[in-house]
Amino acid sequence: MEIFWYIIIAVITTVFFILDGYDFGTGIIHLFFAKKDKDKEVISKAAGLFWDSNEVWLVAAGGLLFMAFPTFYASVFSGFYLPLIIVLWLIIFRALGLELRSQINHPIWKTIWDKAFGVSSLLLALFFGIALGNIARGVNLGGVENGVSAYEAHYFFLPLWDSSFSPSTTHPGVIDWFTIVIGIIAIVTLAIHGANWILVKTNASINEHLKTVIFRFNIALAVLTVFSLSIWHLVEPHPLANYLKYPVFLIFPMVYFVGLIGMFFIKKLKKEIYGFILSSLIITGGVTSTLATMFPVLLPSTNDLNPPLTIYNTATSEYGMSVAVPWMILGIILIITYFIIQKKLNKGKIDDREYGH
Amino acid sequence: MEDMIFYDRLQFAFTITFHYIFPQLTMGLSLIIVFFKAYYLKSDKEIYNDAAKFFMKIFAINFTMGVITGIPMEFQFGTNWAKFSELTGGIIGQTLAMEGTFSFFLESSFLALFIFGEKIMGQKLHLLTGFLVFLGSWASGYFILATNAWMQHPVGYEVLENGKFVLTHFSELFTNPWLLPAFLHNQMASLVTSAFVVASIGAFYLLIKKHQEHGKLFVKTGVLFGVVASLLVAVPTGDLNAKNVAKYQPAAFAAMEGIFETEEAGAEIVLIGQPNMVEKKLDNKIAVPNILSFLTYQDWNKQIVGMDHFDESELPDNIPALYYSYHIMVGLGTIFIGIMFLATLFLYLKKLYTFKPLLWTLLFLVPFPFIANITGWYVAELGRQPYLVYGLLRTSEGISPTVSSGNTLFTLLGFVALYMLLGLLFLLLVGKTIYQGPKPQKH
Repeated sequence: MEIFWYIIIAVITTVFFILDGYDFGTGIIHLFFAKKDKDKEVISKAAGLFWDSNEVWLVAAGGLLFMAFPTFYASVFSGFYLPLIIVLWLIIFRALGLELRSQINHPIWKTIWDKAFGVSSLLLALFFGIALGNIARGVNLGGVENGVSAYEAHYFFLPLWDSSFSPSTTHPGVIDWFTIVIGIIAIVTLAIHGANWILVKTNASINEHLKTVIFRFNIALAVLTVFSLSIWHLVEPHPLANYLKYPVFLIFPMVYFVGLIGMFFIKKLKKEIYGFILSSLIITGGVTSTLATMFPVLLPSTNDLNPPLTIYNTATSEYGMSVAVPWMILGIILIITYFIIQKKLNKGKIDDREYGH
Repeated sequence: MEDMIFYDRLQFAFTITFHYIFPQLTMGLSLIIVFFKAYYLKSDKEIYNDAAKFFMKIFAINFTMGVITGIPMEFQFGTNWAKFSELTGGIIGQTLAMEGTFSFFLESSFLALFIFGEKIMGQKLHLLTGFLVFLGSWASGYFILATNAWMQHPVGYEVLENGKFVLTHFSELFTNPWLLPAFLHNQMASLVTSAFVVASIGAFYLLIKKHQEHGKLFVKTGVLFGVVASLLVAVPTGDLNAKNVAKYQPAAFAAMEGIFETEEAGAEIVLIGQPNMVEKKLDNKIAVPNILSFLTYQDWNKQIVGMDHFDESELPDNIPALYYSYHIMVGLGTIFIGIMFLATLFLYLKKLYTFKPLLWTLLFLVPFPFIANITGWYVAELGRQPYLVYGLLRTSEGISPTVSSGNTLFTLLGFVALYMLLGLLFLLLVGKTIYQGPKPQKH
């Protein structure tokens, strides 16, 4: 039962990263590459029309995590207090940027909110990457100092950084050089993803140029990927153990590399949507491979005193998990309906058709 | 420790108060929109369709604000109330996850369909999508109320040795005796807010002499919904709720009614008075004898226990705030009934659309139903103190063990600043929609 809910939540979280990921990425591209007014307008619409329905997935993932793994939810949300609240602020601030820009028709006003949108998208990508890095690296569970736990074994509190910035100390901070690397990978990945979304949804004048941008970013991503794999043993001494144990997990890194390699052919792709699918594969593969390396651990411990959080020691009662299955099946039907409706409604390019906004 | 609890509570109170400005309008408005759309199909008068689409625009703005301010609510269970989440997540996680899964997906998908899909779908399907939006927003309210009802009156649970609450009877979460009266009271109150909003926009158009036909329709619809809803808020839903509080949380009941001392026979009802916490009495009191006993138990002489009956540690920790919230809610509710009846009378006499004092009153009253709704929630939440889960888990036992008060103060200030901007955005967007009117010029 734990595994069922783990998979459901992992899928919803991955979908969230794919969907809200493209509007974060759109923001990053907007910040660095959109120069003409018309492009700025269209590109911010490519995110502005969709961000709120994408964030519905975050609400669903959060709710289900709360229900199925309450101890994990409690531990992680309070332990990562500051970064999580900063993420919330960025989400709100970004929404402000997207919604306020069109309210007053003046260049200065628009520039301010465009930058708000762009910068908060960039920072969100960075922070979500850092979050993934933290989950992979683990934290000082129980707040162990000199061999004694300061809190209950499953609680912790992470400072934003530790003066050593090293992932291999026993009490790392949120930001260290390892998590920064993962954060940069997230920025590059989502920038590629966002650029693909812009290709799919708009006729912006920079679109041809964006293909070159995607190509270059993809080179950077390939280099960063190799680099991160070479340092992964620092946070996980046996990164391959799970793949040897469950060979089926190899599919996740394969998905990643199919996306990564396919993306090099961006200029030859017949339809823009193929590029978007490839970058979705990169995101899916990246998130799931990280999770698969750790399974069934949810959050490793950097000290020897307290055990890691796993899906087994953080789950709710068996009854609670099974009684939720029937309603979740209904929920899945609803979510699929939602998906189809969204797809039907949002066909075509934004500047080709009249929207209600 | 004390100030940790204080800042955690203050942050939650601030963010939920701001959040609740939006859902109370979407819930009530969705019903009125379904009415407009259904009446359009029946009567084939274009003006009703304009009205449905116009208010759906206002709904959409509110929905977006609700989503943005709702995400911090969900996060805060984990960030600030980690111990509470850990201990009770197996139970309230169910209802909160159902809200996240069903209601959000229902609302956001069918909202998009309603706004963009009228031409593709045809009128009957368009009505159906409107109805599904209504269903989603009421389901959302239902799941939140089910969550709250469990905290007010826990059912269907078992406490393990390690202190964790686990679910034993899923269905009891939804048959909780606290739930139905609370849900209906809440929905009717949100309908009052929406009725006032609809009526006041109408009054505004009549007063500035623009979109007058629509203005008349809005005033009429708002007043008719308002008169029914403001009555239903009081009787039977408010009455049933008060009886539940008297039955399950007698200490909270005594505090909200301002009964410091237990009387031998029937208890009086306090209309006005100021709680004096030093001398434990009400100053400057105006009260009517025996009414409270009658209202609560239909018995003029039935005894109602006062606060003196309870140990200090069982009483709500902020009695004046609870008392005032309750009296503001009830007072405003009474005023709404009066105003709405008066407006209905003028409507019947066909004088409402030209009688400016009443139109101005409707226009200016619009913030007050919001205040009444929010103070109503204060009554529920302050009354439950000093517990998170009534009688079982104290508020002081629920906060995050590792988050210091300085951190919470810092994040609270951040929320205050951001929400000021959000409020600005909201006013701009709604103001613009109202200014453009129900029939925007084609360009």
